[in-house]
Amino acid sequence: MAPGLEGPADTEMAELRTETMTVNMGPQHPSTHGVLRLVLELDGEVIKSVMPTIGYLHTGIEKTAEQKRWQQVIPLVERMDYLAAHSNSLAYSLSVEKLLGLEMPQRVNDIRVLLAELQRIASHLIWLGTHGLEVGAVSMLFYCVRERELLMNINELIAGFRFFPSYIRIGGLREDLPRGFHDAVNAFLDRFPAKIDEFEGLLTKNDIYRRRTENVGVLTLDECWDWGLVGPIARASGADYDVRKYFPYCGYESYDFTVPTATEGDVYARYRVRIAEMRQSVNICKQAITRITPTGVWACSDTRVVPPPKDKVYSEMEALIQHFLIYSQGFTVPAGDAYVPVEGPRGEHGCYVVSDGTNRPWRVKMRAPSFMAIQALPYIVQEGLIADVVAVIGSTDVVMGDCDR
Amino acid sequence: MDAAAIIATLQPLVPGASYEVGQSVDSPTIYLPAERLVETCLALRDAASLRFNVLVEVTAADYLPREPRYEVVYHLLSTSNRLRLRLKVRVGAAGSVPTVQTVWRGAAWPEREVWDMFGIVFDGHPDLRRLLMPEDWDGHPQRKDYPVQIRKVAQTYEPLEVSEAEFKANIERDRVKRTH
Repeated sequence: MAPGLEGPADTEMAELRTETMTVNMGPQHPSTHGVLRLVLELDGEVIKSVMPTIGYLHTGIEKTAEQKRWQQVIPLVERMDYLAAHSNSLAYSLSVEKLLGLEMPQRVNDIRVLLAELQRIASHLIWLGTHGLEVGAVSMLFYCVRERELLMNINELIAGFRFFPSYIRIGGLREDLPRGFHDAVNAFLDRFPAKIDEFEGLLTKNDIYRRRTENVGVLTLDECWDWGLVGPIARASGADYDVRKYFPYCGYESYDFTVPTATEGDVYARYRVRIAEMRQSVNICKQAITRITPTGVWACSDTRVVPPPKDKVYSEMEALIQHFLIYSQGFTVPAGDAYVPVEGPRGEHGCYVVSDGTNRPWRVKMRAPSFMAIQALPYIVQEGLIADVVAVIGSTDVVMGDCDR
Repeated sequence: MDAAAIIATLQPLVPGASYEVGQSVDSPTIYLPAERLVETCLALRDAASLRFNVLVEVTAADYLPREPRYEVVYHLLSTSNRLRLRLKVRVGAAGSVPTVQTVWRGAAWPEREVWDMFGIVFDGHPDLRRLLMPEDWDGHPQRKDYPVQIRKVAQTYEPLEVSEAEFKANIERDRVKRTH
């Protein structure tokens, strides 16, 4: 070898050193779904460690709930997971009804199922829109929000409130379905399957989208169980666990639907699972809407919880007293505790309620799927690229209101 | 599988532990002592007839003025056997519970939240810091003797001071006992 052409000596290499860089992402970063703050330690573009900081949206809802009467907690819990209000109030109502020993009439259960599934579609639409936006498919958000608008209109129809309807109550529903409800729901269900095809046409075979999401943020099934991730994330890793199938509530066992699964466990698999879930939700909704009569019972007949009908209040003394007691003192719930899980859009949702036998809850604790997902986030993104963090956060579908409560 | 059957399965795996069936309207409930918690959880996770592979959540409730004051509650789920179980550990005001992170990694944040909200210490927890409340917060908000609805300017730099009269009025505030 000619002199001067040998490579640099080892001693020179030893003086080269690399430093990791600490980057703060959030809490106001648009891709962090609210106010999540991540402190990333980077080696070039590779993530060495992540430290999530949560609590920016902590509003003490569980503490506030202990000061309210049982029925007054419904609007509070709906504000936890603000993209799935019906799912929150359903979880809470079912737990309290378990303590009270109430059985709902068939029609109430069918309406609850219908609303829960419409809520799942609405929540998945926001997930699809924001996730698409974050990985570069900006137009997804506009298409998804357009469809969700129709579901918001249905909420407005039943409750006069688009985000937090407080329509599912302990003991049944707030009131009977309004006129035009069936038309609005049927119009949506007829229109929506073609729209899912449109969404899929934009993303499923999109080369850019697939390169951003395939083999990114991979989780095995055992890791999902270990981190307590039950829901679409586990189903994208091969689980078939779905509360609706394993521990049916509200009569889900009488509906014909399948649980979509995938085995890859990456961001793309979670996308496919959620898209398939929307199709199954449409399927369930179609079955439910045919079972629901336009008018009928909307609450159980237990006079402890449900106020008597207005004509009796005006004609019978006992009914008047009962009406007055329910609205002034509220009802009491037998002492004990209960936890009834439901399948929320983000996974297993459930409310642990404790009663001391009075008219106010002793303890209300919501099991938050987003909380568990953010806990696992450092593990999922470690040794990945910084650009993948955004895709992974999107794929876990976290809602910070649910996480911080 | 009810609580008695689960206890019967557990007894040979965790010899000498004293279990107690709890009252429940939904899933089986078992009370157990804190010092046998980790062994029991390992047995619950690994025994073939149980396989509680998911820790759904960890939470607590403050039963002031009862003694012992707290109950730490673990909700377990077995996806292969379609079982649910509620474990409860009674903890006194100065007591502590071992962490179950060695059994389920997902226990880390729920335990941190319980410490944040109730001040219950989890022995062996590597990262017992504030999670939801600000780092310099004083007190544990979910305790029943932590005041609510007392008008004070929000402060995160000095402790919240409340007189005994204010505190009692707060606890007793219209909790109506009524029989059906």
